Amino acid sequence: MFQVRIHGRGGQGVVTAAELLAVAVFNEGKHAQAFPSFGSERTGAPVIAYCRISEHEIRAREPIMEPDALIVQDASLIKQIDIFAGLKTGGFVIVNSTENADDLLIAEKLKVLTTLAILPATEIAMTHLGRPVPNAVLLGAFSALTGVVSLEAVTDAINEKFKPKVAAGNVAAATAAYEYVMNQVASNA
Amino acid sequence: MLRQVEGSKAVADAVAACAPEVICAYPISPQTHIVEGLSALVKDGSLKNCEFINVESEFAAMSVAIGASATGARTYTATASQGLLYMIEAVYNASGLGLPIVMTVANRAIGGPINIWNDHSDSMSQRDCGWLQLYAENNQEAVDLHIQAFRIAEEMSIPVMVCMDGFILTHAYEQVDIPTREEVKTFLPPFTPRQHLDPADPVSIGAMVGPESFTEVKYLAHQRMIDSLRKVQEVADDFERHFGRKTGGQLRSYRTEGADTVVLALGSVIGTLKDVVDELQLDGHSIGLVGLTSFRPFPFHALAEALKGAKRVVILEKAFSTGTGGIVTQDVVRAIEGMGIKDFTVIAGLGGRPITIASLREYLTNAMQENVERITFLDLETETIEKELSKERALR
Repeated sequence: MFQVRIHGRGGQGVVTAAELLAVAVFNEGKHAQAFPSFGSERTGAPVIAYCRISEHEIRAREPIMEPDALIVQDASLIKQIDIFAGLKTGGFVIVNSTENADDLLIAEKLKVLTTLAILPATEIAMTHLGRPVPNAVLLGAFSALTGVVSLEAVTDAINEKFKPKVAAGNVAAATAAYEYVMNQVASNA
Repeated sequence: MLRQVEGSKAVADAVAACAPEVICAYPISPQTHIVEGLSALVKDGSLKNCEFINVESEFAAMSVAIGASATGARTYTATASQGLLYMIEAVYNASGLGLPIVMTVANRAIGGPINIWNDHSDSMSQRDCGWLQLYAENNQEAVDLHIQAFRIAEEMSIPVMVCMDGFILTHAYEQVDIPTREEVKTFLPPFTPRQHLDPADPVSIGAMVGPESFTEVKYLAHQRMIDSLRKVQEVADDFERHFGRKTGGQLRSYRTEGADTVVLALGSVIGTLKDVVDELQLDGHSIGLVGLTSFRPFPFHALAEALKGAKRVVILEKAFSTGTGGIVTQDVVRAIEGMGIKDFTVIAGLGGRPITIASLREYLTNAMQENVERITFLDLETETIEKELSKERALR
C-alpha cells in the first residue's frame, strides 16, 4: 500500500488532484481509493485529500495518518499546520514554491529522512495553462519523484477529466513539471 | 464496465440504468452530487423518458414522489440528515400507500449542533417508518443495491431506502462496475403497478381508515415487511446469477468460523473492520465479523444462525438512542435470546469522527476479554466530559 496526502487550499483543485491520481493508477491496473477530508470547501480554506494505491482491494476507510508521500500545493501551510505529521521515513515530499527548503523551514519542521522536490508549480501552470492551478502540475512532479505512477497514466487521466483545451494545457504543465523534477534528481545524483 | 469514479456519480449512473420515469429531489450535502449527476443525464438526453422535477423542499420531493409513483411511474429521490427529517410526514405516507419509491439516504448526522458529516442518525430515526433499509458496505454495493432496490420495492409494493455513508462513500473515488441499461433490463422488468391513478379509470387511494380496520391495515404492512426478508435474499441471489457479484441480501459473514467474538456492523465501516479482523486473527485471536445489509426487514433468523457458537457479539453502531444506547443492539439482543451470547455495544463515528484501525484494535482487544462496559463510546474524551458533567450537575 502506498498512501498519499495532498494539502492545499480551497480553489487549488486538491480533491481533483486526488481523483486524477486515482484514475491514473486505475488505468495502470491497480486499485486506488481517493477521498477528501470534508467540510472545508471554501475558497482559501485549508483542504486535505487522500489517495491510497495498492495491488489489492482497498477496504479500510480511515484517513491517511502515515503517508508515504505528501503533496503540498500551498507552501504557506507549512508554517501554519503540522503538515508533515505521520510522514514515513524514506517517504516523499513535493512542495509548490519558488522558495528554497531553508526559507520554507522544511529542515526545521520535517523530522524524518525523505526525498524532497520543490518546484514553482503555480508558475508552471501559469505558463502552460494561463491559470494558477497547480494540482495537475504537481502530479507530473509526483510521477517523476516517486515512480509510483507513470507520466503517461497521469496525462491520460488529465485528458479523461478535462475538456480538450484545458486538458492540453494541464498535460503540457504536468510534463514540464515531470522534466523539472527529473533534472533536479539528476543534478542531485 | 469497470470505472474509477466518485460514489455519487456511480449511483447516479446506476439509477439511470434502472430507467426511472420521475426523479425529484432537493439538494442537501452529502447527497447533492447524486441528483446533480442525474439531472445532467436527463438534460443531455442520455436518460430518456424521465422527468426531472425541481422541488422547493424535501417535503415536496417526497410528496411529488408519492404522486408520481401513484400514477405508476418508476420513481426515485435522494436525501440526507435534516432533509430526511423534513420529509418524514410524507415518508410514512409512501409506505402506508405501498408505493415502491427508491430513495438514497446519503447518511449524515442530525443537528443540533449542526454537523454535515457522516453517521447513521438520519436513517435510524426512520427505523419504524415502514420502508426497507439496506446499507452499503462500499460503492460497488451501493450501485448494486439501487438496482436490487427497484426490484424488491416493485415486487413487494414497499418503498426502499438505500443507505450509503455520506462523504465516506458518496465522495470517495474507487473502482466500480456499473451495469449498463441493457444489462439491467434483463434483471429488472418494467414496473407494472398493482393499482395506479388513471383519469380514464378513476380510483381513490389513501382514503381514511377508521378504528374498525386500522389495526388490520397496519398488520398487513407488518406482514409484508416480514415477507420481504425472503425477497431481499432472492433478489440478491438472482443479482449474483446475472452479474456475478455477491452484494446485498440480508447479511454477510466474514471469517466467523469458530470465532468466540463476532463484531456486527452496518455500512462502510465493515471494510475497515475486515482489515482489523485479519490483523487480530493473525495475532491468534478468535474473532469474526457479520455485516448487516438489511436492517429493515431485520433478519432475526439469519443472524441467530450467523452467531451460532459465538460467545459474545460486539455491535458497532453509528447512531444511538439518547439515554438508552444502541438501536441495532435492541434487535440483535432479540435475535440471540436464549443462545447464551453476551452483547456489547460500541458507538462510533458520530458526526464524522474517523473510526480508526488503531482505536478498533484497542477496543476489540478489551472486548474479547469482556473488559469493556456494555456500552462504549469509542474515543470519547472522558476528561472533558467529566469536567462538563460536574459543572452541569452542580448548577442543577
